[in-house]
Amino acid sequence: MAHVIKSLIKSGEYFDSITLMVATKKIKELKRVIDAAIVMGTLENRKILKASGLYVEDFSKALDNDLLISIKGENQKISEEAILKLDEILIDLKKRKNTGNEQIFFSMGQAKSEMKDANVALISIAGKYATTESMKALNSGMNVMLFSDNVSIEDELMLKKYADSKNLLVMGPDCGTSIIGGVPLAFSNKVHSGDIGVVGASGTGTQEVTSLITNLGGGISHAIGTGGRDVGKEIGGITFLSALNLLIEDENTKVILLVSKPPHVDVLAKIGKLTLKTNKQVVAVFLGAKSSLVEKYNMIYAKTLEEGAMKALELSLNRVITLDKDQYDAELKNQVKKLNFKQKYLRGLFSGGTFAFETLLVMGQELIQDIHSNLKAETSKLLDDPSLSIKNTIIDLGADEFTQGRPHPMIDYTLRNERILKEAQDPEVACLYVDLVLGFGSNKNPGQEFLPTIKKAKDANKDLLIICTVTGTDGDPQNKKEIIKKLKEMDVIVPLSNAQGAYLCVRILKKLNRGENE
Amino acid sequence: MNNLLKQKPQVINIGIKNFYSDLKNNQARALHVDWRPPLVNDPSLYQKILFNMDKISKANTEVITKILAARPVLVGMDLAINVIPQMEKNLILHAGPPITWERMCGPMKGAVLGALIYEQMAKNIEEAENLILAGKIKFAPCHGYHSVGPMAGIISPSMPVFIIENLEHKNKAFTTMNEGLGKVLRYGAYDSSVIERLNWMKDVLYPVLKDAIQISGGIDLKNIIAQALHMGDEVHNRNRAGTSLFYRQITPHIVKTSKSNQNAIDVLNFINGNDHFFLNLSMAQAKASLDAGRDIRYSSLLTVMARNGTDFGIQLSGTNDKWFVGKALVPDALYFPGFTKADANPDIGDSAITETAGLGGFAMASSPAIVQFVGGKSEDATNFTLKMYEITERENNIYQIPYLNFRGTPTGIDVLKVIEKNILPVINTGVAHKNPGIGQVGAGVLSAPIEPFIKAYKEFIETI
Repeated sequence: MAHVIKSLIKSGEYFDSITLMVATKKIKELKRVIDAAIVMGTLENRKILKASGLYVEDFSKALDNDLLISIKGENQKISEEAILKLDEILIDLKKRKNTGNEQIFFSMGQAKSEMKDANVALISIAGKYATTESMKALNSGMNVMLFSDNVSIEDELMLKKYADSKNLLVMGPDCGTSIIGGVPLAFSNKVHSGDIGVVGASGTGTQEVTSLITNLGGGISHAIGTGGRDVGKEIGGITFLSALNLLIEDENTKVILLVSKPPHVDVLAKIGKLTLKTNKQVVAVFLGAKSSLVEKYNMIYAKTLEEGAMKALELSLNRVITLDKDQYDAELKNQVKKLNFKQKYLRGLFSGGTFAFETLLVMGQELIQDIHSNLKAETSKLLDDPSLSIKNTIIDLGADEFTQGRPHPMIDYTLRNERILKEAQDPEVACLYVDLVLGFGSNKNPGQEFLPTIKKAKDANKDLLIICTVTGTDGDPQNKKEIIKKLKEMDVIVPLSNAQGAYLCVRILKKLNRGENE
Repeated sequence: MNNLLKQKPQVINIGIKNFYSDLKNNQARALHVDWRPPLVNDPSLYQKILFNMDKISKANTEVITKILAARPVLVGMDLAINVIPQMEKNLILHAGPPITWERMCGPMKGAVLGALIYEQMAKNIEEAENLILAGKIKFAPCHGYHSVGPMAGIISPSMPVFIIENLEHKNKAFTTMNEGLGKVLRYGAYDSSVIERLNWMKDVLYPVLKDAIQISGGIDLKNIIAQALHMGDEVHNRNRAGTSLFYRQITPHIVKTSKSNQNAIDVLNFINGNDHFFLNLSMAQAKASLDAGRDIRYSSLLTVMARNGTDFGIQLSGTNDKWFVGKALVPDALYFPGFTKADANPDIGDSAITETAGLGGFAMASSPAIVQFVGGKSEDATNFTLKMYEITERENNIYQIPYLNFRGTPTGIDVLKVIEKNILPVINTGVAHKNPGIGQVGAGVLSAPIEPFIKAYKEFIETI
């Protein structure tokens, strides 16, 4: 198609990536605009522009603080008009940012002098700047929740040691979820208040267990995120141990639930020292760990996030809880029957990395063959090119290779929506397994931005099995009930938890292998 | 023990704004920081600053204390050649950082040519140009000669200049008299009407004012500016109150000393007819105050921001006379009918000395009458000023903003804060046509360019 690219550099105009995402979306919606990119001029973003064919030579001189605009329209006039329109959009977004008579704060120091008893700095700026800002926060006596990723492990260690010396916590880097005293920070859900305290090295894992507990009638005292690397050898569990200690001392916490990949042995030993000493009951979901490893430290073993949530809940409520795990049987049988003989593979497309990992684990334990993934796991092969699926493929779309220069897939569905449609058109695919994570921080409008893609996928391939978990609570801003209702209307199976979804996938694949659909 | 779990979280959010909105929706106490990446992100440089913070802070305190203690008073007038130290007969002073004839912009070239005709060194443009091309004329920045000039900022040897003395530190500053609007030398006009006006200013305005100032015993400029800020001026783009106050003070002395009634009437009408008459005095008092804070080792505060229509330059107290220079930008301004940005010359003039001293764009919140330059709402003007507190050392002890409950204006620009917070100084400015002689085509606000600040930051860190 004929097209004209118009480009522009706006020097020193800084916008955050979400604002730019909104602006880009609005420009792409303009008639006869083919493609558009509006990004800050960082090296990473310029690479992305090159890859997308929107790069122009002028951009080579751009600085991190320059706003790069590149618009591909059907002709010169369309592109030029789009650039003019963009000016309006950006001014509008800027204004919206500054509406009301709220004072604008330009630095942490200024904000801290206004709110002298601030005790948490929630930091979500680009990783290369995050260390300095975290340092400033710790220096002024605040705990840090560091949502940013791409912070070096050396910096992480330095920050955590410094925090420890001042009796402060650094939750993160790459910490998606914490709930302190009922206040959800970053990607968190509206949970009930209760007596289960969570320490989570995984954000999605924490969202899953806290939501499940809430949905089944329990409640959360606090959920403290640590960042995924905390329990590794280098960091030595500095935050994990402090958080566990805080929950042991916390009078509102009766049961403690730990959520993580298996900690390094030295870290596990230190955790064990604390759990042996306390008389609070501790449930541990260390995804992939053997039960003997945790039981020797007097912790209660749970294999999956769901099991961890259940066990903690039973201890909290002091009664046995049973879930109906067979409720999807009839539906499943019905749908599997419709598959044709070519359809044999599973494609799992996740916005929550822990869901991808847990699914890999379950499939591995159930001896499913030919699993490929962009995550490292013992039971799967690493994909050379994560953008191309092979046989059974499990993709974490929150992994670095997909998030460079763009918001997380729980906020921006674009990339995964494209992938869902691509997989739906693959005749070898029998089942799509996707997650939808609700709550604060996540995209507020999955009804408009996610469900239509599921509809399109079904339209493209009406016999395709689609399983979609919906993580969250009824108190979340997205209207969970309505979303589940709409999914079910499209014959999408909506399991209660990711673990159940993973087991459903296993059953489907096993049925297909036994040729039950022929 | 950390007592995080015992209190409700009170959160300062930096980054994704939605996190802040969600906190507010959950009835949590939270503030959002409109964070920007630092202009230089080099942790090793940042470490060096942190390591040396004590001596930098000490030096900056010394500088700001001097600047705030300055007492700039208009004490007299004389011809440039008689009173500006090291002034020479073939020397032309200009606005901004140093520049060669070849690189000068249209308005500055026009003003230089006009000045040579005014000096009777050349009869016409060709002669003037030949003199320059033959290397007979030297050029230097006003700032190197304790002087400042608006727009092209030309000071030639026989121009009369105001003498402003900082009574506290005994240093002096010099500036020309403002010619008014329209076809004027400072915008690069040089036709006979311009030269005639300059001659009248030298032959009539200057002697009358000189005598009047002398008998007045000195006019306290700090006092006038403090009042003018309460009357809607920011003393850069708006000088109506300052001019009126000056007029009130000088009139009795003019009446008393002028030997001719007609001259007195003409002089008073001239001042009264030019709302910007006070601008040059506002600039020179800023210069006299800032010069008191010069040359203090380890200080990261700015003593100069100035533009020559081609380059934008700054100086720091800690790096003495060294210029840090970058390309001057074309202002996004409000243009007079018939003109557009395409007609505009890049930013020009020494008048950014007012911002350097905490006035002008920095005092925008005191000047609601000109908010249309910054978006039309008084909040916009207030936010401009509030933002500048983030990059300055101190709130002014004398210059106050009524609308901000008499908070002092943000004074003493710190290059370290500019870089760290990625907030560039805002400058209120008039816009010159890029061709000589056409004059002012608009007015507005612009941010200083990034480049000089990055250069100054890096070099400053070298010196600590």
